[in-house]
Amino acid sequence: MDNISLLIQAPSILGQLVLDGLLAGAIFALAAYGLALVWGVMNIINVAQGEFVILGGYVTYTLYDKFGINPLWTVPIAFVVLYAVGWLLYKLIIYRLVDRDLFTSLLATFGISILLQQLMNQVFGADVVGADAGLGSSLFFDSAIVTANIKFVSFSLALVCGVVLVMALKRSRLGQAIRATAQDARAARIMGVDTDKVYAATFSLNSAICGVAGALVVMTWVIHPFIGLVYTVRSFMIVIIAGLGNLAAVVVSGLGLGALENVAGFVLGAEFQSAFVFGLLVVILVVRNAMVRRKRQVLS
Amino acid sequence: MKKKLAIGVGLLLSLAAPYLFPTYVTMLAFVWLMVVLSLSWDIIGGQMGYNSFGNIFFFGIGMYVSAIVQRDMFSSGVDRFADVAGAAAVQLSQSEYFISLSVGVALAAVICVLVAIVLGMAILSMRGHYFAICTLGLGIAAGEIASGIDFIGAGSGMVTPLYPEAAGSREAFYYYFFFALAVGTLLLLNKIYKSRFGLVLNAIRDDEDKAEAMGLHTTRYKTIAWSIAAFVLGIAGAGTGNLVGFIDPIDVAFTGATFGVWMILTVILGGKGTLWGPVIGAVIFYATKEIFWTYLLGWQRVALGLLIVIIVVFFPTGILGWVRERWPHRFGERVEEAN
Repeated sequence: MDNISLLIQAPSILGQLVLDGLLAGAIFALAAYGLALVWGVMNIINVAQGEFVILGGYVTYTLYDKFGINPLWTVPIAFVVLYAVGWLLYKLIIYRLVDRDLFTSLLATFGISILLQQLMNQVFGADVVGADAGLGSSLFFDSAIVTANIKFVSFSLALVCGVVLVMALKRSRLGQAIRATAQDARAARIMGVDTDKVYAATFSLNSAICGVAGALVVMTWVIHPFIGLVYTVRSFMIVIIAGLGNLAAVVVSGLGLGALENVAGFVLGAEFQSAFVFGLLVVILVVRNAMVRRKRQVLS
Repeated sequence: MKKKLAIGVGLLLSLAAPYLFPTYVTMLAFVWLMVVLSLSWDIIGGQMGYNSFGNIFFFGIGMYVSAIVQRDMFSSGVDRFADVAGAAAVQLSQSEYFISLSVGVALAAVICVLVAIVLGMAILSMRGHYFAICTLGLGIAAGEIASGIDFIGAGSGMVTPLYPEAAGSREAFYYYFFFALAVGTLLLLNKIYKSRFGLVLNAIRDDEDKAEAMGLHTTRYKTIAWSIAAFVLGIAGAGTGNLVGFIDPIDVAFTGATFGVWMILTVILGGKGTLWGPVIGAVIFYATKEIFWTYLLGWQRVALGLLIVIIVVFFPTGILGWVRERWPHRFGERVEEAN
């Protein structure tokens, strides 16, 4: 409770927390958009989403650590590498799950998430790592609020990525095919869309988006192999609140989640921050369930 | 007749096991624990078709409840604490130990059932995948929260009371504890799956909307099934805490990465939705795990992930499901031969 009175006495701390949280939220929203894409098009909930994010982070970290490349330039590389990883996973495993029930795909992607997590642990080690883009920080309001510039950069990059993605889905030929498949896969097949290719592209695209998100995460904060599940859960929460395929809602709930989580982490203490994320997931699902039930009763 | 003979021989062998293989008693106790865990997961995951990634939640709660009872029931004085590897363990006399253990186990089971009922009312009306992700969050949140509570030792864990008898007899005692629990669970589930309640569970798995339309209060049945799983898991957790002797929030109690995943894997390996499938899966998995794990040197968890993917994707019916497809008449199914 001391922390709450501290917040009231020094509002600038609250400002700091909310700003940091909002800047983080855009990255959560990016990963969430990818989850919604795969969920909407392929009817698969990808539990390995967070592991893709962390893997993208490790791509950036490796290039930064071993070759001394500025992490900002590695964002496109993370995109390409994770696109390839996603494609490979699709060709090996995911395509067998497309027409199977949700349980099978949940369990299988859960297995993939353990596999990737432990693989990263073996290859990169369990240490906490980060990459420094060397941009310095900015001061606001008489230096009451200090924010690293990289947070602004990654915030804008995440938003730009999201907008480009939405435009591509609207305008490009592949984007139209993806949306057609999401609406009705059978009809799309009849109209000559190669749905297998569409699924492969969707899954790889999602993985690539996660790669970008991960590259931004490793520049802004730190990563370690076991933190992926938190990102999966955040994405899932955002998608539940925002619904499938509504970018504006995804961004808003992403930013909101970021700010809320940061403030809660400060109030409850840092050791409870991830407990807060998982607890919030349960609460959101229970509330959503109650709302759905009420709607069901009204309809009948 | 043959079947009865096989079961009898198996029972006798299991009863004699601590005397036949005294060096492996702890390991054998863990085999029975695995059997219990996978049987309890199969109630929800196999028979009812609700994948739960967080059943380990009850396992951890049971472990903590029992450990707290055992620690605080008879020990008001400070003089009862003995130093065990740097942590303070309670020393109890023989009668005190077993009384507090039985109270702890009973309370663990009761509290787990109550938690299951309360939580079940909130989350069991969720459909399939929402429930799955919700339980995933539940299991991990519990571990994270437990590592922040000082009363139960926070992240540094707590030590269960010292076993009052000679060294080595503790393992044998808990071997019989888990053996009895496994057999009891098997008998209970055998009864349940043959009853109307078992049919309701299968109906929920096959088509929940239809089951509801037929007038079944599905949420009520789901909550009962979950409570049964929680009951068994609570007792199993209480025993495991004492067998291991040390409770750590993430590595022993809410073990998402080991028992939490294994209980799912063993069920799918043995055959979802069958009575003996989880038993077979648990024994085979544990045997292979003990043989291969030591040679994999850190890659065992990678192998675990790979194993899940392979079994789920390529072998979804499990061992018993495969046998059933191969020799259906052995299971009392008649196959119409196509002319």
